[in-house]
Amino acid sequence: MPEFVLTVARFGFLVLLWIFVFTVVGVIRRDLFSGARSKSIVASPRGVGGAVLQGRPAKAKRGKAARQLVVTAGQLAGTRITLGEAPITIGRAEDSTLVITDDFASARHARLVPRDGQWFVEDLGSTNGTYLDRGKVSGPTPVPLGVPIRIGRTSLELRP
Amino acid sequence: MSRIPTGWKTRRNAELGLLAFAMSIVAVFGATVEANQFDEIRMTSWIPAALVGILFLGLHVVVRFTAPFADPVLLPAVALINGIGVGFLRRLDLAKAIANKQPEPGIFAGTGGRQLAWTLASLILAAILLLVIRDHKIVSRYAYTLGLVGIVLVMIPAVLPSSISEVNGAKLWIRFGSFSIQPGEFAKLALVSFFAYYLVRKREVLSLASRRFLGIDLPRGRDLGPVVTVWLLSLLVLVFEKDLGTALLYFGLFVVTLYVATERASWLIIGLVLFFGGVYLAYLLGASVGGPFANFYDRAEVWLDPFARANYERVSGSSYQLVQGLLGLGSGGLFGAGPGAGSPGKVPEVRTDFIFAGLGEEIGLFGLTALLVCYLLIVERGLRAALAVRDSFGKLVAGGLAFTLGLQVFVILGGITGLIPLTGQTTPFLSAGGSSLMANWLLVAMLLRISDAARQPATGTGPDRAGPKKAPVQLHGAMTEVIKP
Repeated sequence: MPEFVLTVARFGFLVLLWIFVFTVVGVIRRDLFSGARSKSIVASPRGVGGAVLQGRPAKAKRGKAARQLVVTAGQLAGTRITLGEAPITIGRAEDSTLVITDDFASARHARLVPRDGQWFVEDLGSTNGTYLDRGKVSGPTPVPLGVPIRIGRTSLELRP
Repeated sequence: MSRIPTGWKTRRNAELGLLAFAMSIVAVFGATVEANQFDEIRMTSWIPAALVGILFLGLHVVVRFTAPFADPVLLPAVALINGIGVGFLRRLDLAKAIANKQPEPGIFAGTGGRQLAWTLASLILAAILLLVIRDHKIVSRYAYTLGLVGIVLVMIPAVLPSSISEVNGAKLWIRFGSFSIQPGEFAKLALVSFFAYYLVRKREVLSLASRRFLGIDLPRGRDLGPVVTVWLLSLLVLVFEKDLGTALLYFGLFVVTLYVATERASWLIIGLVLFFGGVYLAYLLGASVGGPFANFYDRAEVWLDPFARANYERVSGSSYQLVQGLLGLGSGGLFGAGPGAGSPGKVPEVRTDFIFAGLGEEIGLFGLTALLVCYLLIVERGLRAALAVRDSFGKLVAGGLAFTLGLQVFVILGGITGLIPLTGQTTPFLSAGGSSLMANWLLVAMLLRISDAARQPATGTGPDRAGPKKAPVQLHGAMTEVIKP
């Protein structure tokens, strides 16, 4: 076997090893910047861009019934829960309907309950409170469509 | 793959491509070995690489169907290391056969062939784990059983008579004739699961109900009792079994899991102080009292100055092995002698503990660093899965497993290169040895399972993917689906 071939094999192997390492890093890199997670890390502020938050949330349309609960901000942004007859529990506990991993959320944080076609939000004695738009929720409060419910860093709203 | 929503990238094809690339590197390694050993590259040189490749392809198919969202990098990186391990062991067999003028060993003969067979067995085990455990949270149901199994596995060799369990002074084995297993390797997996489960149950209590002592928050004894008991027991047994490396592994695992669960840096400080204090005490005791600590004292002396004549000519625990390893690494230099061109046979235990020294002579610092980066990437992907997965049990298991793997590589590599005192540990996926290979492949299978859970699209609290279900998935009476791609 000529010396030249041996040298090529010896260095070729090392070069291949490093090409492999960089290919792996490339795959990881592509994974980081695309795919699973939402494109923007921070949710867009209200009224700025994003079809998600268009329309003035404060002017709630009373006429339509809520069909969906949409998470608009926080780790679960983009999750949509189709509303039925059953109440929805929100919190860190794993048996909640919507499990939020948020440092500011309690295990059983809040509950959404339907009553005669209207959804009510109710705080379940959470540490950091539940907010409907700007106001703190103390008792069962009716939730108009499109008004954000804030729990820790997570925002939810009802959609028709 | 109908149950994967369109628009979601599973990255399985990237995994397949990387796997093919890794296998071609293993084939190039084999061919270079033959070129150096036989002066010709024969047509049969690709057979071991192809066999290994088929095995990994099989596991890839299992991953494709049972864990479609698993991390695409884990499997190829591990496959590369495992493949090079098999190739290097076969290279040692070839060199031995040539030296003894024997015929070339068959594909499944010799250490390399055995390693190939063990790889097959390990991959089957890993596939079974992926098939049986569809959701890593199931493991938490058997946490106490696993904890008990872990202790029993660690204790078996200590209880058995030395004739069955002792190899090279360390009582770590169960031998049946020529066949031997090292139960401690498997115990590590069971103990991680137990620690994770217990700490998840107690994490709030551990980090909230604490007593302040010397500016450090210490949890109440009754909350910590079972974990400390398990840890002390395994540690006592390990000191009794004279295997310091594994004891260090369990200790590190214990401290890190505790740190991850409570998010308190004080645990790391306590752990490090305890560890260094204990080691120094053992060293002093070894110098003055001897007895069970003499072994450790010898190793520390050898570590401090391996080239000293007194250490080299020591009757028990001579620095001969360490020196041979260091000389091997040194003669490898930056780029190594080339696969198959070195003389790793000069290093004792080059098939197991010192495989990195043997490899280092042939692929040099440049090649060793690439392998180390592969280990680093495996550990990083494990920690990544731990960060991304949503349930605390999964976080602790993935974090604990990834850390164990990293610590094990550090302990053995640090020992070989003279950074820390040498303790006998297997190099994960590389060293000859079935138990280590199987246990580490099970570890990787568990990481694959958790990374699958971590990377799958968020559809509420994790749908049950065990069977085909109609989308949207029904969860606690509410319909859930995801709008964003």
